[in-house]
Amino acid sequence: MAESFWLIPLIPGLSSFVLLLAGSRFSRRWISLQACVAVLASFVLSAAAFVRVLGTPAAALGKTFLAWISSGVFFVPLALTMDPLSVLMCLVVTSVGFLIHVYSIGYMAEDCDYSRYFGFLNLFTFFMLVLVTASNIVLMFIGWEGVGLCSYLLIGFWFERPAAAQAGMKAFIVNRIGDAAFIIGLLFVMLNVRSGDFAAINRAAAGGALAPGLATLIAILLFVGATGKSAQIPLYVWLPDAMEGPTPVSALIHAATMVTAGVYMVSRLNGLYSASAAAGQVVAYAGAATAVFAATMALVQTDIKRILAYSTISQIGYMFIGCGVGAYAAGMFHLVTHAFFKALLFLGAGSVIHALSGEQDIRKMGGLRKHLPLTFYSFLAATLAISGLPFFSGFFSKDAILTSAFSSGHYAVWVLGLLGAVLTAFYMFRLFFMTFTGSERLSEEARHHLHESSPVMTVPLLVLAILSVIGGYVGLPAVFGVKADAIGRFLEPVVGSVGLGFPAALEWNLILVATAAALGGLFVAYLFYIRYLGLPGRLAGRFPGLYRLVYGKYFVDEIYDALLVRSAVRGAEFVYDHFDLPVIDGALNGSAGAAGAAGRGLSRLQTGLIKDYALSFLLGVVVFVGVILFWAR
Amino acid sequence: MIPGPAFVILAVVLFVLGVVAFFLKRDLLTQFMAVEVMLNAANLAFLALSHPQDRAEAQVIVFFILTVAAAEAVVGTAIILHVFRQRKTVRTEDMGGLKG
Repeated sequence: MAESFWLIPLIPGLSSFVLLLAGSRFSRRWISLQACVAVLASFVLSAAAFVRVLGTPAAALGKTFLAWISSGVFFVPLALTMDPLSVLMCLVVTSVGFLIHVYSIGYMAEDCDYSRYFGFLNLFTFFMLVLVTASNIVLMFIGWEGVGLCSYLLIGFWFERPAAAQAGMKAFIVNRIGDAAFIIGLLFVMLNVRSGDFAAINRAAAGGALAPGLATLIAILLFVGATGKSAQIPLYVWLPDAMEGPTPVSALIHAATMVTAGVYMVSRLNGLYSASAAAGQVVAYAGAATAVFAATMALVQTDIKRILAYSTISQIGYMFIGCGVGAYAAGMFHLVTHAFFKALLFLGAGSVIHALSGEQDIRKMGGLRKHLPLTFYSFLAATLAISGLPFFSGFFSKDAILTSAFSSGHYAVWVLGLLGAVLTAFYMFRLFFMTFTGSERLSEEARHHLHESSPVMTVPLLVLAILSVIGGYVGLPAVFGVKADAIGRFLEPVVGSVGLGFPAALEWNLILVATAAALGGLFVAYLFYIRYLGLPGRLAGRFPGLYRLVYGKYFVDEIYDALLVRSAVRGAEFVYDHFDLPVIDGALNGSAGAAGAAGRGLSRLQTGLIKDYALSFLLGVVVFVGVILFWAR
Repeated sequence: MIPGPAFVILAVVLFVLGVVAFFLKRDLLTQFMAVEVMLNAANLAFLALSHPQDRAEAQVIVFFILTVAAAEAVVGTAIILHVFRQRKTVRTEDMGGLKG
């Protein structure tokens, strides 16, 4: 069964093909059944592949379909591979993906475009699985672009809403900018490594076949692509707007899977990023800066989904910290735990929004604990996990990253990460307290249909809650023994491992500091939003400038708009006015006009008089005979 | 015995007469007859030029031309008759339907 791992991406792909082509003829029951079963089948195959890879981790499975690009010395096969890193990603994508498919049955029950939704969702799963199982960077890029396309299609799923259509376009265009850099990096790889194979690229970088400067250049260009896809500084601006899409889409694409593709890519090319210290620094500092910057923006937002979006940006920053300091396994570990708890947070938020008839403003929530008990408990588990409170999954993965940053000497990154952890605990509990505790501030309309969601939505919540709580125990800190870090040892054949190289006492201290940071954030949130309710407002009134700056998201959108977007639009308008209209349209209209004028002119020869025709006939004969008699001899 | 070149000269004269008649006359029927004259001039030229060489090809071609001319005369007169019935005239100046 493990040998047929190549079916893992193909099954959802086939299902989406059928759904998008003929889905409107199927019943709703059949559409949801087919879409969910396709992903479930992929999950079962992934589990089989996992068992196989667990047995023989060093020997990767491979499947080559055909030679795809064969041009001189450059050869790219259409080939999939299954090694520990791929199988881990497959498990995350298919397990979280399956739960979100099931949840969508309930969430989208009243939507009229059922088959299109599930077709896109399956298509996304297909591309994501291609991305994580591709054996070379060119095929991975196909998946990379494919998930971007599905992201665009699903953000703009409710395209009759202008904001949704706009957000989809924004996501697509911002990703284009990153992908332009990615393609340039890809061309450098083709030119210098002469192969797209991940192993070959890593070998070339590690063995010195790539000049160090060139390795740095390639690594940074590819990372710029990752900042687009994974919403890091400076290309993060599309993700908050992407929340216009349906909430399960936000959970699957914009939290759990697609946005972590950049982290996967860096981990996959660990040889390249390890070979270039400068590129590693760039990744680590960009991640740390994003982690803190995005967390501050989450502090004051009032839209439940946007808070989670900024939180996602911030958490992916942590993953890049791990990858940048060389602890790829720690980055991947956080990717896995984040997939669980962030998907759960989004689905919980979706459950809340669903119950409140579309209300997303947390100022108009409160006291939902007694109305939505299942959502409350699962959301609590996810909040504890993301805040990094001890014994929950996020604690272990975030700790692994921060410890690696400290032990590799990136103290500034460590401090930033710690600051981010405080902020994370604060804004998550702010969200939690304002939504589920305190007084009810619901509008009449929201109160109208207040109800706990149906089991098809709450069961995925509970499964994810369990995973969010226990998911961390696959990667215990080194103080519990060398063998405790199961996920690190599992990934070691692909990404290598980093020894800590300092005493256990110091590591205990680091763990205590991280715990204190999380508890500190939680305590401040408690003071602000339960104990002294007027405090946030007074604080905002005390520092109005700062509050407006943060509430306006540092006006980054406006700055980009003024600096880049407007000049690009002006340039496009200039080209339209001075090239498209006169040259392209002019050439087309001109040639049409010339043909018409020639027709009108030549039609004068048709006098309608037989004698004129006969005369020209005669002259023709005379000329013809003359030519034969005098010249053609 | 009439000398051979005399037939060639006659053919040329007939042909020129046909051309001149075609351009001077203004009604279809006469112009049609001028065309017939030109055709017969061509026939005569064929025969006059081939006779001294004792060759039969030209005489075969003459029979073809005669056949085609007969068919053409039938179709042509039928068309002219039809035009006259429709328009009550066969003057070429009155027919300019294909003017550009």
